[in-house]
Amino acid sequence: MGEIIKVGMADLKTCTMPDGLTTLGLGSCVGVVLYDPVTKVSGLLHLMLPDSTRIKNNQNVAKFADTGIVELCEQMKKMGAVQSRLVAKIAGGAQMFSFGNNTNDIMSVGKKNVEATKTILARMGIKLVAEDTGLNYGRTIIFDSVTGKLMIRSVGKQDKEI
Amino acid sequence: MSKIDLNDMSSMQYDVLRELGNIGAGNATTALSQMLNTKVDIGVPQVKLLGFDELPTVIGNEEDVMVGILLMLCGDVDGIMMFLMDPKVAKNLVDHLMGGCGMPSNEDNSFNEIERSAIMEIGNIIAGAYLRSLGELTNLTLDVSIPMLQVDMAAAILDVPAIQFGKIGDKVLLIETAFDDEKVGKELDIKGYYILVPELESYDKILSSLGV
Repeated sequence: MGEIIKVGMADLKTCTMPDGLTTLGLGSCVGVVLYDPVTKVSGLLHLMLPDSTRIKNNQNVAKFADTGIVELCEQMKKMGAVQSRLVAKIAGGAQMFSFGNNTNDIMSVGKKNVEATKTILARMGIKLVAEDTGLNYGRTIIFDSVTGKLMIRSVGKQDKEI
Repeated sequence: MSKIDLNDMSSMQYDVLRELGNIGAGNATTALSQMLNTKVDIGVPQVKLLGFDELPTVIGNEEDVMVGILLMLCGDVDGIMMFLMDPKVAKNLVDHLMGGCGMPSNEDNSFNEIERSAIMEIGNIIAGAYLRSLGELTNLTLDVSIPMLQVDMAAAILDVPAIQFGKIGDKVLLIETAFDDEKVGKELDIKGYYILVPELESYDKILSSLGV
């Protein structure tokens, strides 16, 4: 892997082979990797919320599943990616805090983020090939544009690759 | 609709929120001091308006393991309150609280049931004192949920308040306070961070209750 580009919260970045993309400590947020296996053009979005149309202050497109995935796809197409070839890998969307079975809006945002992400991907005809979502722990993800593998690192757990 | 825009707050509004944070943190620290039966010095509280990318790094690195205690607010003010500390600090507090009989588990980032329940109780008392002082000041009712505990990467824990703020803007209002326990000595500083995140409508209630 070449240089590893860091993507912050509510942010998106693209790269080409041999570089990589990473985002640190995904909790309820979702990390969406889009990848064109032919040109190896890759993109990573770190989204926070499912739906931009329900929020008044929505100028930052990378904050939302709906606008963020569309924007990432557009940027990648300019770099030579073809939308029909794109595949997606997603991680995150955990429920970081809970008590008993009591869930409310704030607690369940992770699940909603994952659901919204899948809906948008399906609508755009992008195939979801792998995911590591839900449960109750944070994840750091590192994507390698050379191999197309997504490495996931968590506290007190073995690294895994999807 | 709310009258408050976090990106465009008047200095008066900002000062009032900062002062509320200061008073809350002051009372919480007094409660901590009584609980530990030792003198706890409080640092000058700082209020920062941060971008999402800056938030996790204020407390350390994104992947640093932190102990987070989360409480939900309801009543007149909806939102969340969070108390964050280093796992070492949490172990220290538990040990103090139990008079050295806390049977600390050896691993740095894992907590047994006794420790977890002690930490949640600490969170309960601290948050209770913080919120009680805000309630008295504003004459608003602030009810609070039972505390929830998580030990994980700082960035993952801070997702929760960040997402709350994400609904209203692109910045997070952080009230940070450092403690120093004289008995413990320098290398084992008792240090923590408070984060109070009211829903946008609640800002209006808080500010108008104070005539701002």
